Amino acid sequence: MRFCNKIADSLKVIIRKKNYMITKHKDNPDNMNNNSSHMIHTENVRFQYVKHDEDGNPVGTVTAVDGVDMTINRGEFIAILGHNGSGKSTLAKHFNALLYPSEGAVFVDGMDTTDDDKVWDIRQKAGMVFQNPDNQIIGQIVEEDVGFGPENMGVPTDEIWERVNESLKTVGMYEYRKASPNHLSGGQKQRVSIAGVIAMHPECIIMDEPTAMLDPSGRKEVIRAARALNDVEGITVILITHYMEEVVHADRIFVMDKGRVVMSGTPREVFSQVDKLQELRLDVPQVTLLADSLRKKGLDIPAGILTREELISALADLKHKQDSDRQ
Amino acid sequence: MALKLDHVNYIYDADTEMAHVALKDVSLEIGNGEFIGLIGHTGSGKSTLVTHLNGLVKPTSGQVLFDGHDINEKDYDRKKLRSKVGLVFQYPEHQLFETDVFADVCFGPKNLGLSKDEIEKRAYEALRMVGLSDDFYKQSPFDLSGGQKRRVAIAGVLAMEPEILVLDEPTAGLDPKGKNEILDLLKNLHEEKGITVVLVSHSMEDVANYVDRIIVMDHGQVQFDDEPKKVFASYKELEKMGLAAPQVTYIMKDLKEKGFNVDDTVTTIEEASDEIMKQFT
Ligand SMILES: Nc1ncnc2c1ncn2[C@@H]1O[C@H](COP(=O)(O)OP(=O)(O)OP(=O)(O)O)[C@@H](O)[C@H]1O
Ligand SMILES: Nc1ncnc2c1ncn2[C@@H]1O[C@H](COP(=O)(O)OP(=O)(O)OP(=O)(O)O)[C@@H](O)[C@H]1O
Ligand SMILES: [Mg+2]
Ligand SMILES: [Mg+2]
Repeated sequence: MRFCNKIADSLKVIIRKKNYMITKHKDNPDNMNNNSSHMIHTENVRFQYVKHDEDGNPVGTVTAVDGVDMTINRGEFIAILGHNGSGKSTLAKHFNALLYPSEGAVFVDGMDTTDDDKVWDIRQKAGMVFQNPDNQIIGQIVEEDVGFGPENMGVPTDEIWERVNESLKTVGMYEYRKASPNHLSGGQKQRVSIAGVIAMHPECIIMDEPTAMLDPSGRKEVIRAARALNDVEGITVILITHYMEEVVHADRIFVMDKGRVVMSGTPREVFSQVDKLQELRLDVPQVTLLADSLRKKGLDIPAGILTREELISALADLKHKQDSDRQ
Repeated sequence: MALKLDHVNYIYDADTEMAHVALKDVSLEIGNGEFIGLIGHTGSGKSTLVTHLNGLVKPTSGQVLFDGHDINEKDYDRKKLRSKVGLVFQYPEHQLFETDVFADVCFGPKNLGLSKDEIEKRAYEALRMVGLSDDFYKQSPFDLSGGQKRRVAIAGVLAMEPEILVLDEPTAGLDPKGKNEILDLLKNLHEEKGITVVLVSHSMEDVANYVDRIIVMDHGQVQFDDEPKKVFASYKELEKMGLAAPQVTYIMKDLKEKGFNVDDTVTTIEEASDEIMKQFT
């Protein structure tokens, strides 16, 4: 155990160093093709599902992803938003070679996902947490389930336990390590599946609505964990969600509509376009809504407010100004 | 049409070493025409509780009464009960099974023994209400996105036109617009048709905006049962249970701390906005 701790510590140092070099790229999203700074890179990806009739005969296709060019740099925290059926999950499944493009190409850390020899490497680099935890829990006991990934990767037993405990603590499920996943509630299961991915120490984590089934503290914990994985460990995080509040700290946001990326930018850039977002069936965070409502009533509040702190300080400034004007 | 839980206890795998108490002495009444929010941390027993309401699950001890009759009596007509108390499951996958979307939504009304015309009329109406485009009607429900599946599952229950509608996290996975559409739909059904609604939710904002009464579950027990403002006034206790007050309430508390003379018990954006404007006149 001691020994492993040391290894883990020195690994963290290495990761931090790597991260230091990465941060430079973060500010520069336009770095060119197959650059080692690209965690994920897609070129004009189209994907069609084949529709079947009752007897399983193909009867047509649905274009779920329709020409997506996307570059995600190492160490970025990316959010993908979009209405139901806009193609988010379908696109995300391309990032760890669960689906292959019907047209175009997807590269994960420079590896073409259609390269059969690389599938295993790709899945190890890019771990996925799905919308419904039921589909990804296999073990009979929580800790066994979480250890399944690292075990499959050939991680030595001692270290497996280390990773299992550490990742269960990260998601607040350590107390349940001996429980049977089948007997957990929806939210508890979701946290176990996140732990399962974290235990594989991937370079990139794709989370497809990981908090949809969680209570307010569970949601906070998971988002905090995701941010820590990104900040401290330098892991690239791709978060798909319908909760606008969860993405205000992302480096960049992509908004999808009918299989295409129709908006992208920093949270401030994206959330300052309230009307456009609402047209796309989305919304802005609650604070932004409140700030907007106050602005419409005539208060001189800056656009693009994203956090509680920003709103409070804007209001405090206004109040201060009003009080001193009165004197 | 009142539903009543009387000292209900529920234990999963009772009599085994895996025994797990999910409901502890739960007593409550769901009155005719109420709009109730059921909240609680993950694992607090919400789903277990709601599956008692239509007799899917039988209490280990205690009684569930519908109009004064114990629904778990041997000769009680539970089939009829299920046509009156419609339950939308937490996971749509647990509810969808037909070969296409339309057939899936027809399943419930078909079981009620209605005519083919009436069945189809109801199915169309329900699918329209949940906002699923007819492009999907002949598609397998399993080939849909998460939010689309959710809509089909809700439509399936609406098509039965129940008197009491119990929905277990019906808006999880819906896009923001879709979420508001479904909540507005529930509000309309409640206001116009007098349907009783029990809404399980993890969104404090949604319950603050829509329901008249909140029941808070904590480790299998009812901890609060009151109107939303009063429940959220106990936000410190809620936080200890893994819950919270709506986000705007925290903004108001911060403002109060900064010396603003605002009411910090408001729970919705409109109220908060009005309250703040009073400071600037
Ligand atoms: N297995 C499938 N077969 C056929 N069509 C599918 C299948 N899975 C998804 N689709 C269709 O592809 C489109 C995109 O679906 P996808 O699941 O990627 O959407 P999404 O953005 O993740 O939506 P949600 O927010 O509801 O999860 C939808 O119109 C959906 O109906
Ligand atoms: N089939 C089962 N067997 C054993 N225990 C179970 C089973 N289903 C749920 N439990 C346990 O019962 C408790 C209550 O679960 P329930 O699903 O009712 O919670 P919930 O409030 O609906 O949670 P969530 O918000 O996550 O959906 C939990 O501790 C859970 O672990
Ligand atoms: Mg999806
Ligand atoms: Mg539940």
